[in-house]
Amino acid sequence: MSKRYSALSLLREGLHGHRGWAPAWRTPDPKPRYDVIVIGGGGHGLATAYYLAKNHGLKNVAVLEKGWLGGGNTGRNTTVIRSNYYYPASTDLYDLSVRLYETLSRQLNFNIMFSQRGMLVLAHSEPEMELAARQVNAMQLNGADAELLSADEVRKRAPLLNFAPDARYPIHGATWQGRAGTARHDAVAWGLARAADRLGVDIIQNCEVTDVITEAGRAVGVATTKGEIRADRIGAAVAGHSSVLANLAGYSLPIQSYALQAFVTEPLKPVIDTVAFSPACGTYFSQSDKGGLVIGGGLDRVPSYGQRGNMPMQEAVLGGLCEMAPMLAKVKLLRHWAGIVDVTPDSSPIIGPSGVDGLYVNCGWGTGGFKAIPAGGYLFAHLLATGQHHEISRLFDKGRFTTGHLIDEGAASGIAH
Amino acid sequence: MQLFPCPFCGARDEREFHFMGEAGKTRPDTQQPVSDADWAAYLYDQRNDKGRVREVWMHLPCREVFGMQRDSVTMQVLGTTAFRKAGA
Repeated sequence: MSKRYSALSLLREGLHGHRGWAPAWRTPDPKPRYDVIVIGGGGHGLATAYYLAKNHGLKNVAVLEKGWLGGGNTGRNTTVIRSNYYYPASTDLYDLSVRLYETLSRQLNFNIMFSQRGMLVLAHSEPEMELAARQVNAMQLNGADAELLSADEVRKRAPLLNFAPDARYPIHGATWQGRAGTARHDAVAWGLARAADRLGVDIIQNCEVTDVITEAGRAVGVATTKGEIRADRIGAAVAGHSSVLANLAGYSLPIQSYALQAFVTEPLKPVIDTVAFSPACGTYFSQSDKGGLVIGGGLDRVPSYGQRGNMPMQEAVLGGLCEMAPMLAKVKLLRHWAGIVDVTPDSSPIIGPSGVDGLYVNCGWGTGGFKAIPAGGYLFAHLLATGQHHEISRLFDKGRFTTGHLIDEGAASGIAH
Repeated sequence: MQLFPCPFCGARDEREFHFMGEAGKTRPDTQQPVSDADWAAYLYDQRNDKGRVREVWMHLPCREVFGMQRDSVTMQVLGTTAFRKAGA
């Protein structure tokens, strides 16, 4: 049996017809009681379970997933990881995530293929260049890496972009974050699941939570399609369906669900080796290791739980791509899909108590949940293990909507929504 | 493109419409003191139901504000309610 993945184990298995590989995680039946239940087997839920076991020694933990691991937004995103945010609170959160991602393959003994290929955010006018300089200064002050690039420097990094003199959005320069990049999204889910399982966490798939059991106002367990399961603390990491669970359990959230679409093209020879984003075109793209261009853009404008693409945003995003890199206009799409994202009024996530005792939420990641998986799990595990906020997550408590201390990243970071 | 029904203009392209919020919220009575929590709940919290929803929409070209009942999974429009009084 090859339990630890290495070049040597690969060689050994290769010599024996690959018959010795064990399943990467067990398929246990749920126990009647756990210390902590994490609802949601996506990246955030699995990372939470992993850090509960690793950082806090809590191993009597279950992850309940209604479908299969990473089958929601973890498997539907455009795999970009970055920390180019404006506010200090956001940098603390997302840069923690980038730092955790940097060592995650080694920690998990699972190659998540984190490729720090850098990210360009284009500026298309002199005023945009001034705002880009402000953004770069803010990021550097907050401790994230950032550089301001001239048009020539952008052209060296991504010559396929539209440098035509008559371009609708001429390129004046860009902000550059060199530590940003992409990772294999399924590998993040699988690697975390395998590592959590090896630390003793029960990962239970095809187990949908149908109700939250409360006694004297406190959540003490959940009813599921595999029976009743009780726990001292319950964590919900069910982005996309956060409000559905909230309505079941009787707390409220400042969240609206929208579809966020993404696209992948037929494989091409290498044309770009970074992530390029144009806020003016409302489009960003990178090239996967298989050669497909992975393309994303803004949110749909109609609230939705329908996990599928549609025409209005497809036209907007692909029109933007043709303006950004006209040589890609005739590339054919291979797939087109949508995930359902939790959108909060300030485009920042919510981590904290739900309002029902014993039940905590990790939600509201909007369009950027994948990049935050290790940090979301790390901070949520701290909250579930200690009952107290980590210093970084405190500002992201739901209470900010009552006190008015919003972290308004929707306007500040140039995200296209 | 999906067509949405404007009570004033009839069936129009979905891109002409703007989602304004959930229907049925009641603004706190400011004749009485209103707590921060109640204001926050009114301003920010959403039911955000999966399935049948009642929402307030605006048709941007004619500025008609109206109620729309939809299914948030199938995206089917189930009906609209004009907020205007007849003849107004």
